[in-house]
Amino acid sequence: MTSTSTTLPRPPGFSLDLRLQQPLLIVLAAAAPLVALAFGASWVRVLDFALLYVLLAIGLNLVVGFAGLLDLGYIAFYAVGAYTWAFLASPHFGIHLPFWIVLPLGAAFAALAGIMLGFPTLRLRGDYLAIVTLGFGEIIRIFMNNLNQPINITNGPQGIDMIDPLTIAGIDLSRNLDLFGMQVPSLVLYYYAFLGAVVLALVLVRRLQISRVGRAWAAIREDELAAKAIGIDTRMMKLLAFALGATFGGVSGGLFAAFQGFVSPESFSLMESIVVLTMIVLGGMGNLAGVVFGAIVLTALPELLRHFAVPLQVALFGKTLLDPEVLRMLLLSLAMILMMLWRPAGLLPARTRYAHREGRKA
Amino acid sequence: MKANKLFIAPAIACLAASLAAGTVQAKEVVVRIGHAGPLSGPAAAFGKDGENGARLAIEDANAKKLQIGGDTVKFELVSEDDQADPRTATTVAQRLTDAGVKGVVGHVTSGASVPAARIYENAGIPMITPSSTSPKLTQQGYKMTFRVIANDLQQGNALGKYAVEQLKATRIAVIDDRTAYGQGLADAFANAVKAAGGQVVGREFTNDKATDFMAILTKVRAANPDVVFYGGMDAQSGPLTRQMKQLGLTAKFLTGDGGCTGEMIKMAGDALSATTYCTQAGIPLDKMPGGAAFRTEFKQRYGSDIHVYAPYSYDATMALIEAMKVANSVEPAKYQPALKALNAQGVTGPLAFDQSGDIKGGAITVYNFSGGRWAPLQTLQ
Amino acid sequence: METLLQQTLNGLVAGSIYALVALGYTMVYGILGLINFAHGEIVMVGALVALQTILFLSSAVPGLPPLVLLLAGVVVAVPACMALGYLIERIGYRRLRNAPRLAPLITAIGVSFLLQTLAMIIWGREFHVFPQLIDTAPMQPVAGVVVSPMQIFTIVVAFTLMGGLMLLVNKSRLGRAMRATAENHRVAGLMGINANGVIAATFIIGSGLAALAGVLFASNYAIAHYSMGFTPGLKAFTAAVLGGIGNLPGAMVGGLVLGLVESFGAGYIEHLSFGFLNSSYQDIFAFMILGAVLIFRPSGLLGERVADRA
Repeated sequence: MTSTSTTLPRPPGFSLDLRLQQPLLIVLAAAAPLVALAFGASWVRVLDFALLYVLLAIGLNLVVGFAGLLDLGYIAFYAVGAYTWAFLASPHFGIHLPFWIVLPLGAAFAALAGIMLGFPTLRLRGDYLAIVTLGFGEIIRIFMNNLNQPINITNGPQGIDMIDPLTIAGIDLSRNLDLFGMQVPSLVLYYYAFLGAVVLALVLVRRLQISRVGRAWAAIREDELAAKAIGIDTRMMKLLAFALGATFGGVSGGLFAAFQGFVSPESFSLMESIVVLTMIVLGGMGNLAGVVFGAIVLTALPELLRHFAVPLQVALFGKTLLDPEVLRMLLLSLAMILMMLWRPAGLLPARTRYAHREGRKA
Repeated sequence: MKANKLFIAPAIACLAASLAAGTVQAKEVVVRIGHAGPLSGPAAAFGKDGENGARLAIEDANAKKLQIGGDTVKFELVSEDDQADPRTATTVAQRLTDAGVKGVVGHVTSGASVPAARIYENAGIPMITPSSTSPKLTQQGYKMTFRVIANDLQQGNALGKYAVEQLKATRIAVIDDRTAYGQGLADAFANAVKAAGGQVVGREFTNDKATDFMAILTKVRAANPDVVFYGGMDAQSGPLTRQMKQLGLTAKFLTGDGGCTGEMIKMAGDALSATTYCTQAGIPLDKMPGGAAFRTEFKQRYGSDIHVYAPYSYDATMALIEAMKVANSVEPAKYQPALKALNAQGVTGPLAFDQSGDIKGGAITVYNFSGGRWAPLQTLQ
Repeated sequence: METLLQQTLNGLVAGSIYALVALGYTMVYGILGLINFAHGEIVMVGALVALQTILFLSSAVPGLPPLVLLLAGVVVAVPACMALGYLIERIGYRRLRNAPRLAPLITAIGVSFLLQTLAMIIWGREFHVFPQLIDTAPMQPVAGVVVSPMQIFTIVVAFTLMGGLMLLVNKSRLGRAMRATAENHRVAGLMGINANGVIAATFIIGSGLAALAGVLFASNYAIAHYSMGFTPGLKAFTAAVLGGIGNLPGAMVGGLVLGLVESFGAGYIEHLSFGFLNSSYQDIFAFMILGAVLIFRPSGLLGERVADRA
């Protein structure tokens, strides 16, 4: 803990061999659904969900990884985005607005929720903040679950169904597209739409990270007092982190609602917040590549366990000792503990090494 | 060594298969039928039960060596675990359509069935749920969605009427657990009570992880009800009845199928009495046309008792197969009309669907606690 | 009136259990500045270990009197939880004592979920019936309020334990060492106090109290389940903050106040909000209180006793 590095802050991310990596990644990302399709459409669906989680993880990383604020209620913003879409594009209120209105609105509401949460809580100590955000997440979920009376707003625990699919430029992504006599499955269409959103998010966040704002966040994360002393408006910067992080959550939530066609409060439990947190812990807080990696691995994990862990157990012991759900929980919690104990920077750590303050009140 | 064994096993299987095929004249085709439900997670017991019912139906059908479209059909069950989670359910539904199933029995829980229905609809594969009782499922207007059990609305209605007319209750308190199931049932119940001229004197809420009901029960007690209704599962209704007793709240207790289980008897202990009532969709197994025989067969095959929904899952599977027989085709597009117009006899009663895909005239049975078990009192239609 | 009194009693019973759990949070926070998320799970482990012991004994030696069974459950559960608390501190948190703040917090969340999962593997997912070895049947009502022996027992045991802890911390050598470590564990170390030992002792004592709280909780509601600790744990933390974190009497007051607020809230919110809100919001009172206290009075009702603040 005393290894005090004095390397100058250098923006983390896909650095140095960027020229070589980038084309490779682009090809990989573009070809992924087609490869997955060969193994069955369900794998494409897993990829689609993985991209939504990548978006969530990028947003949470902004708050936790960049600004160092532990948010345990992040899924609330996802819920706000999803419900905004459900309200404004479903038969529930009989409103059917197009995505270019609904999605930005959802993002804006989520950002607003982020500010509402951030405003009163940002002067709290780190761990108090964690538990207040946890409470906030639960409060949002409980309200969603109960606001069907006295006036029916959210339709309560029954959720909202028949939600409009994503329609871009007249193309309904929930139908297979006939492209010059070739059928492009709906899931692949969604994949590219989500991929577009993720790429956009990555570009934005990378720009942000190397901007003044990004450096201010890093300063706050490493030493808030010092940051204040050099003239950073820490409150404003933290609020900005909360609002921007929430925005990504809102977008992801809106896309989720359109993709799934159904939202209900049970999709926004505390466990989901924890899962997203684990994604960035596993991949490497503060490092975009790591965060993307963590999100993909953990979304695919249940599927992989289902395919490999169960047959393996049957082969070894003749029966399934631990079902995939239990294994997943076990691996998630172990990942959190072991990563913090042995690799606190994650599997793909951020390249930048900041001076670590000695002492526990960093 | 190992490699050899691995090699031999399929070889033997092939040999056996070719021997078996040799005895049958017609070509044998394999038709896959999907089952989806929670096989892990808190609701795993319900999913396993459903899977067992479907497997039994498939084994029975295979034993008959059915001829459909000139071929001998061999049915095969593809079972998937949706963990009762809406998101996982859609992935699983996709996997079943990938596997080329011709029909699906499931999903088991409503939260999973509702989003999955859209995928089956788009893929043109009929799904019949044995146990999802949310009215919403069949209100989506899908052609491929069917249900062989009375929904919450039907159950809540029947219960509300029963409370007012048979139990002669005038003051009724309603509690639910704010889940899709509990809330849906409780709302339907409360509406039916009002419609039948009863009075809802208290409407309280808890959640599906709660253990302490003292505060809401104290409030309910102050309203002095004759009947307390709970919409929710056994893990809560057990402690709830205990705490009613502890508070000296002596009103009759009524709950839906979520509390009509052996688990409830275990959890509630000595708080149960003859004035504890619960209901189940469908008629009691022993009164079902093929109920007694089904129970014995099930017990023989699996060495365990039916949990709740296995007979419905059996019937859902049989409905699919029956429709295929009538249409003389295993292709969903061809047999779907036959399914819609089905008129068959299942172990749970007549199998026929209405316009929206709900079972026609689903029966509801009221039980009370007597002699250490749930004893059927009356079947409401 | 009788409803009001009954709700007060309900709140006191729930509140005294919260208070017991809150003591563990507050002690650890006072000394380490760490929210031990896993503390709620110790409550759960305590209840389930006690259950296992009781079930084993009652089948191995039939005819044991209920009180003996309950005592046996406690005698096994308390040391088991103490050991568990020690292990968590030793393996998990000690290495991270000088790490950046987020690390121990995330580890604590991980430990909490790990314990839940392990309990799920060992005891299954089903709800277990915890035998009510002390009578829960209502006694002769006093002024319309029904009280059961179990409820009286819960309140008495909780208050006795709290009193004992106060004595320990304020009068004993260990207590003085704990207070010194809370002030500044490095300086305490220089003064010849074994800070690691004191921190371990804090975890052990807190876990013991949590185990007892688990047994009381399970006996009152006749239930034991792998996830039973999480929500009460969170609420107890709220109680600790409400009373003033690091402050032992504060934790007790906070626990009782929270229990009463929840009970009255569920009972009266409908009238107070003109029918707009109802008992379905019972679970958010704790979080609302937490938010309000942190924003308007961060030091809690009785003032916090945390030595160094960031």
